[in-house]
Amino acid sequence: MNKVILEVRDLTTKYITRFREDVYAVDHVSLKVEEGKSLGIAGESGCGKSTLALSLMGYYFAPLHYMSGEIIIDGRNISTMDPDAIRKSVLGSEIAYIPQCAMNALNPTQKVISFIEDVFQAHNPYKSKKEIFEFAKGAFETLGLPEEVLYRYPVELSGGMKQRTVIAVSVLLFPKVLIADEPSSALDVTSQKMVIKMLKNLLEQGFIKSLIFITHELPLLYNVTDDIMVMYAGQIVEKGTAREAVFDPLHPYAKGLMGSIIVPESGLRDVKLTAIPGVPPNLKDPPHGCRFAERCKYALPECRVNSMPLREIEGGRAYRCVFSEQELREAYRKEDQLKEAYQNA
Amino acid sequence: MLNGSKCLSAVGLTKIFGIGSQRCVAVDHVDFDLSMGEVVSIVGESGSGKTTFSKILLGLINPTEGEIYYQGKLRDISTQKKKKEYWKNIQAIFQDPYCSYNIFNKIDTVLLDCIKMRGGNGLSKEKKRDLMAEACSFVNLKYDELTNKYPFELSGGQMQRLMIARIFLLKPKILLADEPTSMIDACSRATILDMLMQLRDEVGMTVIFITHDIGLAYYVSDTVYIMEKGKFVESGSADAVILSPTQAYTRRLISDVPKIHEAWDLSTV
Repeated sequence: MNKVILEVRDLTTKYITRFREDVYAVDHVSLKVEEGKSLGIAGESGCGKSTLALSLMGYYFAPLHYMSGEIIIDGRNISTMDPDAIRKSVLGSEIAYIPQCAMNALNPTQKVISFIEDVFQAHNPYKSKKEIFEFAKGAFETLGLPEEVLYRYPVELSGGMKQRTVIAVSVLLFPKVLIADEPSSALDVTSQKMVIKMLKNLLEQGFIKSLIFITHELPLLYNVTDDIMVMYAGQIVEKGTAREAVFDPLHPYAKGLMGSIIVPESGLRDVKLTAIPGVPPNLKDPPHGCRFAERCKYALPECRVNSMPLREIEGGRAYRCVFSEQELREAYRKEDQLKEAYQNA
Repeated sequence: MLNGSKCLSAVGLTKIFGIGSQRCVAVDHVDFDLSMGEVVSIVGESGSGKTTFSKILLGLINPTEGEIYYQGKLRDISTQKKKKEYWKNIQAIFQDPYCSYNIFNKIDTVLLDCIKMRGGNGLSKEKKRDLMAEACSFVNLKYDELTNKYPFELSGGQMQRLMIARIFLLKPKILLADEPTSMIDACSRATILDMLMQLRDEVGMTVIFITHDIGLAYYVSDTVYIMEKGKFVESGSADAVILSPTQAYTRRLISDVPKIHEAWDLSTV
């Protein structure tokens, strides 16, 4: 087993709204990422994916508040550290974050190289400009970005190029964990592919030690990451390798998500996409029982009463449902058969 | 009207932006035929001219050259009145639901406008209410919860569904959907697509679907047009174009989309 780079134990964070209501957007989440591995987080909008990403950095600002749990990066617990210390010694150098609209992080009045100088000076004030320039040039070359980008203003770059520039800047300090939150959702398919290729290269070339990739595009996740975690209403509902999560999902919600995959492959037109009815629960007042019960077609009366723990099963998989593995697989098989019969009729 | 007859066609459509060194040919001598009742996709990467083309079809911008025929006759939108008449037959759903509504109008007003446009101004209040409630229930929204809300109080998916409710009330002959699902997460995307297709069957619309995601185009459309630099480089039935593409550009577009049953080759960019 490889060294564990990031370990999160029972992390709970909440938002406090202006009406003093508590919204638990990340609810007892535990995860582990090993060296050289990547973890994907999937889920609907509003399920807590992005909040989890923000919480993992250990840097909290209102309305997001830390409640309980531990975040351990390479043996160091950062969850109880002082915000100033985190800013100085964790952000950027241990853990880096690429938000969805990362391209807006570039300062429009500065050239890219001045932006990089600022980044370095915040962490290491004793580095000269020449050293920084040489280093940035080398790094950009390795990452397949042209050197001239360094002398450009952000407005002169295309969206995909800006996104790749920000990714390159975010790994200049060799962070151990890189969190990419929908880095490609604002880009068209060709730029998306370039961004994905770059992220995979980062891992292979050792710029980063592990990658956490957040998106709602399952085909993308399947191609990028080793493991996939599905989130629903602030909780993890399914955990497994990419292959298992896509082709053999256990939780009914994960199964529903996999039914919405669209890929340009033969056979797609014969399948009717299945949408999950209903909307996610309001986290201000989450249901007592299983949070998916309202939308689940297999739900039993007791599902609405008893909350479900995450069930660990063989091979590092886990899911959150009352039914056993066999029962779920049997139910899905029957459903598929019904669908097939319906289509043939 | 007969299925299969031509309802919209374009001949030698060209749009040039700018002059001199700034000249940019966005749409380049495009010929396009749309038959009644079919679903057509126009696929291309950003900057290939898809949106310009759709705006010309909608009559939002004038083409530099070329003619558009609507139901066999030359389209005439020279006056505001004629334009409004034309828009009764062709409607659009845009990419960004957040920018598609007038923020000062309540949802009631949005839907009432549609009823007015269909000439339902003289209907009784109850009748209008019923129509609006029917449209909302078609897209799985609850009318009673929406009456006093503003569009920005809804989520992106709900807004896009409200857009479909508008189309349901308007019952246009042609619907132009410009990337209707690109701002929406993958799970609601299936819902939106299903609703669009259901609406097409119910109202008997012709749909022009504009997207950069070739998988989406394959799922929804009968005919696919591939657009590169303002020109259609390949067209044909969805199965023919996507499963056995002849052009290098089409092959590249297909290879850029992640797949699950086949390996995704990252070395080509």
